[in-house]
Amino acid sequence: MSAPAEQLQSKPIGWDGKTLIEMTEESKRLFEETGRYYGVEDLTLLRDQPILYEKIFSRLRGGLVNARSTALNISASPIVRELGELSFAIYTPEGDSIALSTGIIVHVHTMSDAIKYMIKHNYEQTPGIRDGFIFCNNNSMIGDVHTADVHTIIPIFHEDELVGWAAGVTHEVDVGGINPGSMCYGHADRYGDGILVSSELVGENDEFYEHYLQRCRECVRAEMYWVLDEKTRLTGAQMARRQVLRTISEVGLDTYKKFMREAIEEGRRTFLQRSKTMLVPGRYEAPSFTDLPWADDVNVHGQARKDMMMHAPLSMTVKGDGQVEMSFEGANKWDYHSFNCAPSPMQGAMWVQLTQTLWNSDKINDGAYFATDLKLPYGSWANPDWEKVSTTLTWFFLIPGWSGMIRSVGRSYFARGFLEDISASYCTSWNLMQGGGPNQYGVDGAFTNFEVSCGGTGALYVKDGETACAAMWNPEGDMGEVESWESMEPLLYLGRGVKPSSGGPGKYRGGTGSEALRMVYNTHAQTLFNGGEGHCFSSYGVYGGYPGCSGYRHNMHGSDMKKRIENGEPFPRLDGDPEDSQISALCEAEEENFDMKAIQGPKHFGEYDLYLSMNRGGPGLGDPLERDPRSVVHDVNIGHVLERFAKSLYGVEMTREGESFVLDEAATQKLRDSMRKKRLEQSVDAKEFFDQQRQRVINKDFIRPVRDMYASSMDLSSEWNEKFRKFWNLPADWSL
Amino acid sequence: MATYTKDQLKQLVNGTVDKYTLHDMQSQFKDPDRFHKILEVWQEHVDWDDRIILPLAENLFVVLKEDGKRIIKSRSGYEFCEVHENWKLHARVFLRNTEEQFDELYPRKMACHPDWMEIREYYDPNDGTLLEVEAVPPGYPAIHDFQPDIDTFYNEWLGQPLQ
Repeated sequence: MSAPAEQLQSKPIGWDGKTLIEMTEESKRLFEETGRYYGVEDLTLLRDQPILYEKIFSRLRGGLVNARSTALNISASPIVRELGELSFAIYTPEGDSIALSTGIIVHVHTMSDAIKYMIKHNYEQTPGIRDGFIFCNNNSMIGDVHTADVHTIIPIFHEDELVGWAAGVTHEVDVGGINPGSMCYGHADRYGDGILVSSELVGENDEFYEHYLQRCRECVRAEMYWVLDEKTRLTGAQMARRQVLRTISEVGLDTYKKFMREAIEEGRRTFLQRSKTMLVPGRYEAPSFTDLPWADDVNVHGQARKDMMMHAPLSMTVKGDGQVEMSFEGANKWDYHSFNCAPSPMQGAMWVQLTQTLWNSDKINDGAYFATDLKLPYGSWANPDWEKVSTTLTWFFLIPGWSGMIRSVGRSYFARGFLEDISASYCTSWNLMQGGGPNQYGVDGAFTNFEVSCGGTGALYVKDGETACAAMWNPEGDMGEVESWESMEPLLYLGRGVKPSSGGPGKYRGGTGSEALRMVYNTHAQTLFNGGEGHCFSSYGVYGGYPGCSGYRHNMHGSDMKKRIENGEPFPRLDGDPEDSQISALCEAEEENFDMKAIQGPKHFGEYDLYLSMNRGGPGLGDPLERDPRSVVHDVNIGHVLERFAKSLYGVEMTREGESFVLDEAATQKLRDSMRKKRLEQSVDAKEFFDQQRQRVINKDFIRPVRDMYASSMDLSSEWNEKFRKFWNLPADWSL
Repeated sequence: MATYTKDQLKQLVNGTVDKYTLHDMQSQFKDPDRFHKILEVWQEHVDWDDRIILPLAENLFVVLKEDGKRIIKSRSGYEFCEVHENWKLHARVFLRNTEEQFDELYPRKMACHPDWMEIREYYDPNDGTLLEVEAVPPGYPAIHDFQPDIDTFYNEWLGQPLQ
């Protein structure tokens, strides 16, 4: 791998006459030998000139935030412009992040991986790395989450020496996949994922190659968004580069170099210290699951046409030195769907969670990477052993897969007494609405609706979750204006509102999710996806809190909406309670899809067809019978909880007064007492319960996807195999 | 450095802390004496005298018995097992695995399907308090949520070995 300076055709661009490969190897060696980033022992700049040190950091951070705020105005895409699906960061010559902007910070480490790929594959030799070069990447096997996230990476030179990199990322509305939408699925492998740019040189002299832009125009739908987003990222990266060079001109090159090393080592030490301040050493378990009910879905590829279940057996180990290790040992195998994850997005996901929980500071960089460890079993969905797997919607497994980390960190906070920071975790970011076809402007279009960035948040230890406002992958979630989506998508909003009883029940309930009812309009054909869990809960509550809701599909094909509108007849605005569905009551259709198959491959919709997009609620915290009954009554009165659950779930008796309900305190107390007694009567001792369950396991009495999931996990991981067998005390000859 | 009174921490435990104090607690540097103060708060919160050495979950604590054993004990006073074991294997368990049982909690179609996933509810055997909920596929081993390394925590992190 090593490329010594004499093998290069031109002078090395690294420091002190070294190549980038030599610098990277030196960094690795020093870390292995000392346990410290680049072997830095004394943070002398921080110690001797703390004001200057902080000033440099603030200047870089401010420059990046400014770059993001300015550059997003170039974009035409609501995803970027309104929802802020972009971020910028700067890196060392070896690709380690120093500082980052706000925004989708999951990519701070994925862009780092893309830079490291270029170094490892000796881009210094060919195609060369020179001032003004522009590189682009959206290959998750190199360093990205999925094809829809596109990186622009530019080197930063000071005279002839590389002093670092500036990079930016945006999420595209379409990537030219086999079906429209930025994260299409239903195909079997990589070949349907869309345009792939693998850390490619796409411009020089600070301008894109025209042939590159032309290729993009030809490969993607909604080409205007792609091209303007290219300019968005390049502008932001150039602003970040200028800020670095300004800083160097003020503090001197040597000081800046020293700062880079110390900033990352300080980040590593700060993380360890933070870990020791907030956590308790030990081992935490928090597995999660997602269903893929595709056995009968004619819209997906034959190889994907089966029922599947994802297994994410996340464990977190906090070690004595404060290091945090995350492991997915026992995860089941990748498959012929688009939800596989490369290691890079898994690392990025850990990052984005850490920055919103344990390390919620703006002074974040790759120091955390050097203080954490991530174990991803090779061959699993989290680290596929075939690089041609499809990864367009990595998030479908990744989001539920990481939900347990929030609960595990919360258990530590509880033990330390930091109750104010405990969350029951997040909801999944579904329904994911995307698709395209001939649009209302008469041209071929595509879209991805990012209302999913606004699910209900998990309950906290001290309060309910918030209603429809956040996603785990974007700390600054925004639902976007209805009018903006309608300008992009040939579907009208018939309504947008809260989804009752979607928040996970608990002493503090999860935040309520939302729903939007859409009608295809001004086009004769659209291809639309439904995306979300339906037969499983994918994120769970804590301390007796229940999961937030799972989702369902409710679409109407060949509807009578045109007639209803022309005749001024009632029509549905939302779906509301699915047991008393507005859609079913106020619309008739030739085909009604109303079931738990919440993830559906690309399906044809015609004009006036209805599409329900339902966003999930957050998980709950604590025993629902300990919830303040006044809060339950309030929830019913404002439409967040359906009336019947006040009694069946929360043990709250109410009486109606006018259009509202009022609490019957005495009856509530009586009901709750009886419900607690009933719990003890209807439950069994754990030993008896698990003995009964053991028999079921021995009989292999599972539906196919559950059985396949266990078989796959046991096949891939001897450790998980042994754990499963030991727990159930299975005979040696038992197998799946 | 921030510090909070025991009364404020009691309010935090009870969910009555005012929003400004809560915001301070969330956004400022953490108070270094929190762990010891919260132990005192929890100790006053329960009706029994065993010494709490680590809060484990909302209604569960690790206590130090006179014989030196570290036992997981509930707020109601039920003693489950030693700390290294999974307390769930000593609880009362109720299994929800029919759509009718899910209907008590969620609107139909907004819960899991019982063939794919079931809900296990773990109750305190003394008073029926719901301690944890698991949503797992049939046949999944009980989840061992948290196995604290108490010796490392006390000896190395707090620098105060357990007496």
